Amino acid sequence: MATALPTEPADVVAPAPAAGPRRDREQGRTRKWLLGVWSTLAILFLVAPILFMIVFSFNDNQGRFNFEWKGFTLKHWAHPFADPDLAKALENSLLIAVLATAVATMMGTLLAVALVRHRFRGRGAADFFVFLPMASPEVVMGASLLAMFLVLGIGTGFGTILVAHIMFSISYVVVTVKSRLEGMDPHVEEASRDLGAGEVSTFFRVTLPMIAPGVAAAAVLAFALSIDDYIVTSFNAGQTQTFPLFIFGATRQGVPPQVNVLSTMLLLLVLGLMVVNVLVQRALARRDFKRREA
Amino acid sequence: MTTVPESTETPAAVRPEVEERDICLEHVHKRYGDQVVIGDLSLVIEQGRFYALLGPSGCGKTTTLRMIGGFELPTSGTVSLAGHDVTQLPPHKREVNTVFQSYALFPHLTVEKNVAFGLERKKVDKHETKRRVAEMLETVQLSHLAKRKPGQLSGGQAQRVALARALVNKPRALLLDEPLGALDLRLRRQLQDQLKQIQQDIGITFVHVTHDQEEAMSMADTIAVMNGGAIEQAGSAEDLYERPETSFVANFLGTSNLIDVTPESTPVDQEFSRGTTVDREPVRYLTHRADGYSGPIRVGVRPEKVRLYATDQSPPDGDNVLHGKVVQSTFLGVTLQYLVRTPGGLELNVIEPNLVGNSAGTFGAGQDVRVAWDARQTFVVEGEATGA
Repeated sequence: MATALPTEPADVVAPAPAAGPRRDREQGRTRKWLLGVWSTLAILFLVAPILFMIVFSFNDNQGRFNFEWKGFTLKHWAHPFADPDLAKALENSLLIAVLATAVATMMGTLLAVALVRHRFRGRGAADFFVFLPMASPEVVMGASLLAMFLVLGIGTGFGTILVAHIMFSISYVVVTVKSRLEGMDPHVEEASRDLGAGEVSTFFRVTLPMIAPGVAAAAVLAFALSIDDYIVTSFNAGQTQTFPLFIFGATRQGVPPQVNVLSTMLLLLVLGLMVVNVLVQRALARRDFKRREA
Repeated sequence: MTTVPESTETPAAVRPEVEERDICLEHVHKRYGDQVVIGDLSLVIEQGRFYALLGPSGCGKTTTLRMIGGFELPTSGTVSLAGHDVTQLPPHKREVNTVFQSYALFPHLTVEKNVAFGLERKKVDKHETKRRVAEMLETVQLSHLAKRKPGQLSGGQAQRVALARALVNKPRALLLDEPLGALDLRLRRQLQDQLKQIQQDIGITFVHVTHDQEEAMSMADTIAVMNGGAIEQAGSAEDLYERPETSFVANFLGTSNLIDVTPESTPVDQEFSRGTTVDREPVRYLTHRADGYSGPIRVGVRPEKVRLYATDQSPPDGDNVLHGKVVQSTFLGVTLQYLVRTPGGLELNVIEPNLVGNSAGTFGAGQDVRVAWDARQTFVVEGEATGA
């Protein structure tokens, strides 16, 4: 190969002027085709597990396992909450997710406002500590939370899961809301105060409406983080079951098909929230664009 | 100011005197850490004035405005509005409103709601609010856009909404932070006229921050030229232009020829004193203009007040005359501009009106000329101790 190299370029170069454009076009077509196949494979790879989950929610399975296709049925969809433990786990998960989202969004938004709008001692440190939960491994966070609860003598259960979820969600809320706030003209809030609105009134009448899209995005994110968290939850759950904990436990003894049904529902719920979020953001972007055009 | 008799029977006669001082800053300092932004600034703005704070960027003019508005607290000193100390009051408790450079309209509210914002906060009756908003939108000619959102307005329209939003509250004073800075030149001139008109119609105090000297001169009754966190000189446009008191003012408003001179200790006559330039040529100036200067002084003259004469022509009696050589001669249509250098290295700018109409009457580079101007047009500023 090494010896052939010097002559090879000459061979390639000679016919190039005539065949060049066509070859380029052919090459382009092949490349495009390959790219298409490759992308399709990649997407299939990504969605295959989800497709399996959805398809097997319609499987008329026999026995404890749901790994073999036995025929189409809607019976699991008719009774999605047939397994009382599963229903309870999902209820816990949803309740925790809603509560954690509400608290984390509120606290995170206020924290973001404080970090962006006010200069105070320890602001840099606060900024760093907000970032810390995002950077540290979940295992470490889960273990350290458990250690803390044990030292404080707090029994693990629903309450500790909730506290843990609020804690790690806040970071994401702060980061999301902060970016929105940083893009906002601070003079708008000054104008509000100038026109007779106090700090609180300014927050609710001007700041909050303006950062609302960021707050909404943050809430969706917090909800999604909470509802599927396994690692941190498993450390701090005590006897309480959440949906991810239940499924993980169930896979060892046989998975009831209701898991597929509820997972599909959950997926649809999260997808729905994301679609709403995207639509809202798009509407706002259009509004911004119009403003720039004008 | 008329003196009020001690035993006046009408206290009302005293009151206007107090109220005339609408905005008053006394020995205000502002520091951010080690950085001194404002160092000992005092100013008094009388009721109904159009007052401009003029200066280059970073001179502290916006900080001064923000301290009046309550957005910055002075490190020391007091701010009073209508005779009341408001130094520690937050913006929403001050009887002034601000028009921000970025307009800072509320993007989520309609034009109408933007303008109503202040009245709603003050719990003004609904009907009254509606009426005043409509009236104000009429004044700024934006009634047809009442239902629009700020995102759908042009720059000039947004600026007028910001103005309406502030004025509808009938503030004691309106603070304007470079409100025309973001607009193109033509629109700016148009809005300058409108602003001036509105100020005259409603008669409240306007404090206008700008770096555009022409804008300040065309609109303001009083201009305070700021530099390095202090007011260099405050007065009418004419005062500042014809009788600048510092080198900075002399060159920030228009351009000036500044000449370092050594003053002679005895005046020439009752009116004039004399100093000598580096070329040992005498320059006369009105004695009272040098009052208060003990050290070295600089005399100055505006380029358009100076005339050039050929060596065989004689300038009018009583003119200051310097000798030099034309270094550069530029034809600008309306005017002819010359740069003249004296043997001692003084450089003088001369702007002559284009009266001749052909190059025969002009001076070319290298030509020996006399530079002359009416001695009464000479102003005096403090010289720099370093002599630079």
